Amino acid sequence: MIDEPLRIGVYVCHCGSNIASTIDVEALAKFAEDLPGVALSRHYKYMCSDPGQELVKRDIREFNLNRLVVAACSPNLHEATFRRAAEDAGLNRFLVQMANIREQVSWVTEDREEALRKAKAHLAAAVRRVARHESLQRQFVQIYPRVLVVGGGIAGIEAALTLAEAGREVILVEREPSIGGHMAMFDKTFPTLDCAACILTPKMTAVKLHPKIKLLTYSNVESVEGSVGHYRVKVRRKPRYIDESMCVGCMLCIDGCVFTKAKFPNPFDQGLGTRKPVWVPFPQAVPPVPVVDPEVCLQITRGKCKQGCVEACGERNAFRFDQQETIEEYQVGAIIVATGFKTFDPSVIPYYGYGKYPNVYTSLEVERLLNAGGPTAGKLVLRDGSTPKRVGIIHCVGNRDANYHPYCSRVCCMYSLKLAHLIREKTEAEVYSCYIDMRTPGKGFEEFYNRVQNEGVYFVRGKVADITPVASQGNGKGDGASASNALIMKVDDTLLGTIRNIEVDMVILAVALEPQADAADVRRAFGISCSSEGFFLEKHPKLAPVNTASDGVFLAGACQGAKDIPDTVAQADAAAAKALALIDAGQIELEPNTAWIDENMCSGCKTCIGLCPYKAISRDEERKIAVIDPALCKGCGTCVAACPSGAAKQHLFSDEQVHEELEGLMSYV
Amino acid sequence: MSESDFKPKVVAFLCNWCSYTASDLAGTARIKYSPHARIIRVMCSGRVDPTFVLKAFAMGADGVMIAGCHPGDCHYIEQNYKTMRRHEMLRYLLERMGVESDRLRLVWASAAEGQYLAEAIDSFVAAVQKLGPLNWSANWEENGQRAEALEEIVHEHAEAMEVLP
Repeated sequence: MIDEPLRIGVYVCHCGSNIASTIDVEALAKFAEDLPGVALSRHYKYMCSDPGQELVKRDIREFNLNRLVVAACSPNLHEATFRRAAEDAGLNRFLVQMANIREQVSWVTEDREEALRKAKAHLAAAVRRVARHESLQRQFVQIYPRVLVVGGGIAGIEAALTLAEAGREVILVEREPSIGGHMAMFDKTFPTLDCAACILTPKMTAVKLHPKIKLLTYSNVESVEGSVGHYRVKVRRKPRYIDESMCVGCMLCIDGCVFTKAKFPNPFDQGLGTRKPVWVPFPQAVPPVPVVDPEVCLQITRGKCKQGCVEACGERNAFRFDQQETIEEYQVGAIIVATGFKTFDPSVIPYYGYGKYPNVYTSLEVERLLNAGGPTAGKLVLRDGSTPKRVGIIHCVGNRDANYHPYCSRVCCMYSLKLAHLIREKTEAEVYSCYIDMRTPGKGFEEFYNRVQNEGVYFVRGKVADITPVASQGNGKGDGASASNALIMKVDDTLLGTIRNIEVDMVILAVALEPQADAADVRRAFGISCSSEGFFLEKHPKLAPVNTASDGVFLAGACQGAKDIPDTVAQADAAAAKALALIDAGQIELEPNTAWIDENMCSGCKTCIGLCPYKAISRDEERKIAVIDPALCKGCGTCVAACPSGAAKQHLFSDEQVHEELEGLMSYV
Repeated sequence: MSESDFKPKVVAFLCNWCSYTASDLAGTARIKYSPHARIIRVMCSGRVDPTFVLKAFAMGADGVMIAGCHPGDCHYIEQNYKTMRRHEMLRYLLERMGVESDRLRLVWASAAEGQYLAEAIDSFVAAVQKLGPLNWSANWEENGQRAEALEEIVHEHAEAMEVLP
């Protein structure tokens, strides 16, 4: 507590014209002169500029100011700036208060008179409040130098490798049996037509071999506790029924399995391919360790099987049918969330006939068909095994549609062009690409569009309204080879100005990218917000694109919004760099606004204890009072609001400070 | 005084992580809304002490708004649920004291919902305009019934809280 009389310095910022054009800054500064405790009041063009800060520092020294109020932008932007300036001039950094007259007044108010009134109220509130501020010590906490990366797609792989190459320990958690994510499913990547596996698998192997990366596949993050610098993460590891450390990845067990035919749908192939009860998603899987499906394995379901797999494994003896789910706990200092996306399920759009007509496919299914490692070894075939002669591609399925997702998924036009190119390359088929707008903003994208146009793909500008089988048309127009299975795409060709009925054998739906089904659970576990479509929310759309509202939690890849591989990799490296900057700093400042107990006032009623979600409050049984552990307290202040005797208090948000703020808000205008 | 002439005083307690950030976003997007709402930042809507609300009314506020993160999205895990309960309690209390409980409103606005928050403030200010001025402090003096009602509530509360030995 400062005993000397109040000498508050008030500074009103013009912010160029951002504030000054709506608020009469001169009148506002004049108004502040008469507020209690104000020793000096100025207005200046840019308070955040160097001269602005110098002005503050000089005044603090020259006029012995002992409190500071800056009426400018949001404290989320420049509170730290003015706290530092105060500290530079020898004033405790917590004796500063900002009045938000830009985001909350000048930018949102039309009427100049009302804007001045509101600005006066906010400024008076800040002046009254700062009078009650106290000097506080800054608290720091050590950062545990290890990073958790959640999700083993290209984003997680890239972030993990960057961190590991910098010599930092990484825990990489992936829920599928192998890392690789969606990228591992693709055959080629646009616009360069790089083979996806050729560029991805070296990185996957590097993850496996890197001594700094601990790879936990077939695992989920169960819970996250703690906060920036010292998170405690519980990881649930599902049983593979195979000891990962014993398996050499020879895959002989798969041949040895008593099921001679692979008859269960392989989810990695979007159900188009099949697998046995012991399986790997794809040949280059990392780790190259099969998993046993407990739902269909005879040994596990019936406890009785000839165990051809175990026999094939032989001396390696890697099978463990008694393996149980385990929970492992790790301490980390920072977290990168890279949980990716899922594709839109088009069966909810009845007129596209997905799930009804067998030859209507999603783009991801066709990726698997075209992939040499896929269910047809790269041959584009229809359900009956024949090769399509005409293929229709429908853009924007589930996207740019008020009924489904209003946003654009950014990658669909390009992957549709890529699919069109691959189909032209591998088959003789005619390709009709029905688009609303062709969106190709990216390096080499427009050139790729031109190339595909020149390859003879037909582009139809219009939205497809209906898919029907040829038979139901009954107009004898069907001249396709497989007339019985052929489909008619009804499309409004906006360039020709006519409705066209285009007969095709195969329809490919370029489906939207959307948040994972469990995205809401994931973001809640990590304390991340989301935007309206459910993608994870970055701290600032322009200036903090990989940070989140939770310090120490960063975002990478399509979990933050639909994006292509280059953008994902760039964002993953940015997230890795941010995590690196954080853990290399070694320590981080704790929130100053923690709660504390006035021992003389606490009656030991325990009201506060149950309210704390961080278990920061305990009861000292000897003294019969509550005690708050400042290292665990996050500073929400809920206990303070609930304390019936007023013994629980909060730094920077005391009852007195808020009451003064209220008085200021209500009393002068 | 007609409804439109009446300029209500509304105090809005916004939580730092969601709704205050939403108000910043409304500003950045230059979304215009009623200037009659004055904003106080708290770290969490759970910090809003019932006395803050009563104090605001006593100081001359015609309406009080509390805004926090959406249920399930609280930056402090679950503290907005405590706000939800307190809000119910406060509405009951206000009603018993002869103050329209609609003068208190609880709003959830995420950090991405600048537009929504601006609309919520506008709609609340309009609702308060409809209710008219509260003039609580003035009423308080002349209307002894309210003080009696308050005493009664305090008495009930004390009885309910009494812990048997």
